[in-house]
Amino acid sequence: MFAFIVRRLIGMVAVLFGVSVLVYVVFILVPGGDPAQRMAGKNPLPANITNIREKWGFNKPFYVQYVKMMEKAFNGVLPGKHGEYDILTSFQNRQNVIHEIKKGIPATMSLCIGAGIIWLFFGILVGFFSAVTAGRFSDRLITTFALIGVSMPVAWLAIMLRYYLAEKPANPVFPDGEYVPFSVDPVQWAYHLLLPWFCLSVLFIGFYGRVLRSNMLDGMNEEYVRTAKAKGLSGRRVLMRHVLRNSLIPIVTLFGLDFAAVLGGGAILTETVFDLKGVGWYAAQSVGDLDLPPIMGITLYGAFFIVIFSTLVDVIYAYLDPRIRLT
Amino acid sequence: MAEPATDLTPLEDNAALLAAEEHEVQIVGRSPTYLAWRRLRRNYVALFSLGVFLLIVIACCLAPVYARHIAHTGPNTIHSSEQVRVSGKLRQVVGGGSYYDAKTNTFVVRAVSVLGPTWWHAHGRFVLGADSLGRDVAVRMLYGGLNSLKVGIGSAFICSFFAIVLALIAGYSRGWPDWIISRFFDLIWAFPVLLLAIAIGSALQVNGFHHFGINIEPGSIWIPLLVISYVLIPYIGRPLRGQILSLREKEFIEASVGQGASPLRIMFSDLLPNVASTALVFFTLIIASNILTEAGLSYLGAGVQPPEPSWGNLIADGQDHIRTAPWLAIIPGLAVVLTVLSMNIFGDGLRDALDPRAKVRVEH
Repeated sequence: MFAFIVRRLIGMVAVLFGVSVLVYVVFILVPGGDPAQRMAGKNPLPANITNIREKWGFNKPFYVQYVKMMEKAFNGVLPGKHGEYDILTSFQNRQNVIHEIKKGIPATMSLCIGAGIIWLFFGILVGFFSAVTAGRFSDRLITTFALIGVSMPVAWLAIMLRYYLAEKPANPVFPDGEYVPFSVDPVQWAYHLLLPWFCLSVLFIGFYGRVLRSNMLDGMNEEYVRTAKAKGLSGRRVLMRHVLRNSLIPIVTLFGLDFAAVLGGGAILTETVFDLKGVGWYAAQSVGDLDLPPIMGITLYGAFFIVIFSTLVDVIYAYLDPRIRLT
Repeated sequence: MAEPATDLTPLEDNAALLAAEEHEVQIVGRSPTYLAWRRLRRNYVALFSLGVFLLIVIACCLAPVYARHIAHTGPNTIHSSEQVRVSGKLRQVVGGGSYYDAKTNTFVVRAVSVLGPTWWHAHGRFVLGADSLGRDVAVRMLYGGLNSLKVGIGSAFICSFFAIVLALIAGYSRGWPDWIISRFFDLIWAFPVLLLAIAIGSALQVNGFHHFGINIEPGSIWIPLLVISYVLIPYIGRPLRGQILSLREKEFIEASVGQGASPLRIMFSDLLPNVASTALVFFTLIIASNILTEAGLSYLGAGVQPPEPSWGNLIADGQDHIRTAPWLAIIPGLAVVLTVLSMNIFGDGLRDALDPRAKVRVEH
């Protein structure tokens, strides 16, 4: 087990290194042209451009540039250490990107915790019921809804929900936007987040329901289920203890990664439409201005969460299922 | 999806039974493709969905014809100051806004109101109304659909191609090529999909792409197309690689190696046909998810660039005028749902037809 964890951690560091190289390639090499010119912003002084070029080593070979970028990125994390022309300083308004991302974390965290609970609970419920009633009318109804759920463009669903449930009615059922911090008023916090939670969950509920349904239908044919039935266990016990438990394993993996993605700013569309000033919202704001440093920062931040969570999921897995440790 | 019960049709795939059903005395061997086609042919819901999807594709391909001969306008032509005759009455395409009233010597500000759907009362002009710049929404919907479908289907092709080739190389060679390719999948897998797509998409919008002899200008439709195909490669590549790895150990591959078949031959004529059905199912499902991703990217401004329409752009445009003209946002969204849903249903049906075990395995 210990060896497995060590191996997995080394793998994690390797992937994080790969992530940083990819980010470097995407943001510095691919756009081409003179990065210094772009970083200097609108109407730069020639001295500024040379200054940036010197500081960043844009006149040096690419590996020197990469090392410099990572140096800057790590320095940017420490408060007060970021220089004037950091890669993690927005081109547009000179704000420190790390600082701005930190500001967005509470809203993003609130969104993904609530939505995560909702989508996991209803996803399992939907999958379970349609598997149990497979082939019957209720199953068809549920699977149809699940399919519609996974076919929804999130942005559009969010716009429709927000307009017809919060904006348009004279006495709206739901409040329109505005994030209330949990520490200020937990009830209002939840009330204001209900619509975004629902909107974000729809796609996942449909997806998880479909995955669980097919897993359970496959599971019902396994030999251990036949054995359990032959032992004389009640149908309910077989279903809950044997079939469902085993079918939930892939759901746990999916949940770990999806949760990390949302935490890492993956809920861009929901956050943008509902004006939730989280990490994803910040990314969306920067897209319009082609302001690359925030997007770069958030991409690194999102990948960081996913890599950590997937390592965590793997370790939990290895703990639950000893066979995995060997591979 | 609307397949009948899992446990009601366990024996349906038996070739002998199928033959008996046709009242044939002699049992005829049938190819797996034929059997799959037979199963698909009976799945009316899936066929209907395919029909709907093809209809949408054809409608969007006819966009230039519709624009020239029915609507008499282009997708980006602005008619804001014009009037059209709707049911015999002249109506402003875009009304309101602020104007100077000389009589009272003041600026009058009125809410901008755009022409609503005229259906057929304007003889084909502004069938679905106008947007705030006075552009014909129906024409933009069709051209937007054309762009969305180009991105969706085009990137599904590119993505599947690279995923299949990479999975074949990894699964056939094992060893270090497999290690490198798997790490490459891991790397893309390590980002939230939409975030990575936005990151690459917006980085490419700065100057376009001018490396390796490829020149793509910023604003080109190739940017979202290539970005989406790139970020979704592991979603097809990973499962295929797993399948190929296990197939690689089978006796028929050993036999092929023993006969002295070249690696290319083993990859493409032994391994590929065995994963073709999986790849086909993934291909249909990935079209659906690509269209959704395109809508998200374009909505955020990192996909198809305005004024070029796409369904995602039209949703974003519509959001700005949702109070006065809600149909501007509703219509493109419905188009996306319909297209994606039809492709998802067809993909499900295709999977059931190609892999009968998935549902027949119950009770054996």
